[in-house]
Amino acid sequence: MIGFIIERIAFFAAIGGAGYIAFKGFSAIYRNIMLGRKEKLAGNLNTMLLVAFGQKKMFKRPIVAVLHFIFYVAFIVTQIELLEIMIDGAFGTHRFVYHLVEHIAPLRALYVFTVSSIEVLSLMTFFVTIIFFIRRDMLKIPRLSSIDLEGWPNMDAHLILLMEINLILNIFLMNTADMAVSNGAYGLWLSGIFASAFAGWDVEILHILEKVGWWGHLAGVLGFLMYLSISKHLHILLAFPNTYFTRQTPNGYLDNMESVTREVKLMMDPNAAVPESTEDGPVKFGAKDVTDLSWKNLLDAYTCTECGRCTAQCPANLTGKKLSPRTIMMKTRDRLEEVGKNIDANGGIWKDDGKSLIENGYISVEELRACTTCNACVEECPVNISPLNIIMQLRRNLIMEDSNSPAEWNGMFANLENNAAPWQFSQQDRFNWAKEQ
Amino acid sequence: MQVKEMAEYAASGETPEILFWVGCSGSFDQRAQKITRSFVKILNHLNIKFAVLGKEEACTGDPAKRAGNEFVYQMLALQNIEILNGYGVKKIVTTCPHCFNILKNEYPALGGNYEVIHHSTFLQQLINEGKVTMAEGGLFKGKTITYHDSCYLGRANEIYEAPRKVLEQLDAELVEMKSCKTRGLCCGAGGAQMFKEEEHGRIRINEERTQEALNTNATIVAAACPFCNTMITDGVKGKDKQASIKVFDIAELLAAGQGLENIVL
Repeated sequence: MIGFIIERIAFFAAIGGAGYIAFKGFSAIYRNIMLGRKEKLAGNLNTMLLVAFGQKKMFKRPIVAVLHFIFYVAFIVTQIELLEIMIDGAFGTHRFVYHLVEHIAPLRALYVFTVSSIEVLSLMTFFVTIIFFIRRDMLKIPRLSSIDLEGWPNMDAHLILLMEINLILNIFLMNTADMAVSNGAYGLWLSGIFASAFAGWDVEILHILEKVGWWGHLAGVLGFLMYLSISKHLHILLAFPNTYFTRQTPNGYLDNMESVTREVKLMMDPNAAVPESTEDGPVKFGAKDVTDLSWKNLLDAYTCTECGRCTAQCPANLTGKKLSPRTIMMKTRDRLEEVGKNIDANGGIWKDDGKSLIENGYISVEELRACTTCNACVEECPVNISPLNIIMQLRRNLIMEDSNSPAEWNGMFANLENNAAPWQFSQQDRFNWAKEQ
Repeated sequence: MQVKEMAEYAASGETPEILFWVGCSGSFDQRAQKITRSFVKILNHLNIKFAVLGKEEACTGDPAKRAGNEFVYQMLALQNIEILNGYGVKKIVTTCPHCFNILKNEYPALGGNYEVIHHSTFLQQLINEGKVTMAEGGLFKGKTITYHDSCYLGRANEIYEAPRKVLEQLDAELVEMKSCKTRGLCCGAGGAQMFKEEEHGRIRINEERTQEALNTNATIVAAACPFCNTMITDGVKGKDKQASIKVFDIAELLAAGQGLENIVL
C-alpha cells in the first residue's frame, strides 16, 4: 500500500515537475516569437497538410525521407501507448486498456495489433537511429558535420538520438518483461520473441525489470518534453504552425516597403496625397536586431532543426563563401534567446546591451553580402523556412540605415539615380540597339 | 530593324498588342543587345504588333531593391509605372527574368498592374499555337544543348518547362546539368552580385556553374537571362573553352532555327 502511494506521488510529481518546466520553456519561446514585428499572414491548411503532415519536400531526397518518415510515424503512433502508460501511472493499474478489452475479442485483437505495431515501428526506429548515428559520425555527411555545428549543435543532435535509443530500449524492456511474466498472455509480436531471453528468470526480478522499463520510458518522454525547448528538435511541434503560416507569394516576391513609398512619393511631388504612417515611433528601415524581424522570421528560427539542406544547396556556400543559410537561422535564434534572457533578467523590460543581430558574433556583413537571392535555401527547406527573408531585411538595414555598402554598389546606385541604368550609359542611348547591326 | 516606340503608337492613336520590355542589359550590353535583336526578329517575322519604351524605359530597380536600397528602387519603379499607366499598357513581354519578376510580382504594390510574361513563356505559346515551326534536320541536328535555369524564372516563379519546350523545337539533343530545375545552381549574378566583386571564397559561382555545363559535354549552353548569359560566357572564357561550347539565349537559338539569325555554332 505504501509502495502504491509512493509510486503515485512520484508519478504525479514527475508529471507536474516536467510539465511545469516544459510549460515555462514553451512560454518563453512563445513570448520571444511575439517580440517580432507584426506581419499579416493568412494561414493555409493545405500547405501544412502537404508539407508538414505529408512531408512533401522531404521526398526530394527519397532515402532519407523514408528513414525520417519511419521516425515520424513511430513518434505519432507511440503516443497511443503513452496514453495507457499515463492511465496506469495515475491509477496504479497495469495495462489498463488491455484488461478493459481483454474479454472482447475484436477489441483485444485491436489492442494487440496496435501495441505490436508500435513495437515493430520502434524496432525500425532503432535501426534508423543507428543509421543516423552512422551518417553523422562515420559517413560524415557534409551538411551534418560541417564546422558551423561544432559545440552545442552537434551535442544537441547526438543527445536527441541517444534519447531516442533510450525510449526504444525501455519500451522493449517493459513489454518483454511483461510477456515473460505473463507467459505471453498479452500476445505482443516482438517482445514475445525477445521474452525467451528471460526464460526461467525469477518473477520478482521480471516485475522489477518491467517497472524499470515503464519508468525509464516515462522519464524519457518527460525528459524529452523538458529538453525540447532548448533543443533544435522543436520542429516536431513547430513544423505545423510554421508551414501553416507559409507566405503564399511567389518565392521571387520581396515585400514593398510602405514607409519608403510615402517618402519617395513626397520627394517626387511634395503635394502628393500620401496616407499617414501607421507605425509607432520613428521609422526604421530593414532589420538590425531580432526584434525588428517579423514574428514569422522568429518562428522560422525556432522551427529550424539544423538539417543543413539549405546550406548544401547555397551557391555562395558551395563555392566557399562564409554565408550559410542554416547559420543565419541558428544565429537568429541565438540572438533571440539572448534578448529573451535579457528581458527576464531585467524584470520584463529590455535593457539595451549595445549589440544587435548584425556582427557581434552573430551575422556578419560579409555573409549578408554574399547572397545571390537565388532562393535555393527557401526551395530546399522541408518546413518552409526562409533564410532569404531575414537576409534581405538585414541588407536593407545595412544600406538604408548605415549607408554600409560596397563601393561598387554605391556606383551602381548613383548610375541608377542619374541615368536610370546600373551602368554609366546615358538614357538617351537606350534605344541605340535598334540602330546598330 | 523595324521597332516602334510606344510614343509613336500613341501619336498615331494605335495600340500595340504587347510592350516589349528590353531592360538595361538588353539595351546596353553588347552581347545582350543581340538577344534583344533576335527576339525582335521573331516578333517581326510573325507580324506581331509590339512597341518598346525606348528612351522612356528606365531600369526596373531590381538591382537596387535586391541590394537593399528600397529608395532607389521605388523612385525608378514609380517613374516607370507612371509611363506605363500613361500609355495604358496591358501586356508586357520581357527577355530578362529579373525585369519579369519585379514587374509581375512587385510593381502591383506600387500601382503597376500588367499581364507580364517572360519571353520563354511567350515563345512557348507561339509554338503551341503552331505559329513557329521548324524545318526538319536543320542547323541543330547532332548538336547537344544544356539549359541553364535562371533562378528568377525557376525557383522564383516556377517556370521550368517553357524554356525547355522552346529548345525541344530545335531538333537537338537536350541534356541536363547535375543541378537543374528546382536544384538549379545560380550563375552568381542575382541579388545585385552582378554589380560587385564576389566575397572571398574557394571559386567563383559562375566558374562552378560553367564546370557543370562542361561536364555534360554539350556544345551549346542555352540561357534565358542576359545576366546568366554574361556569367556563363565569362566562365567559358575563363576556362578557355570558347571553341568547344557556346552560350546562347533561347530566343537567339529559335531565331537561328527559323533562319532569321546567323549564329556560329
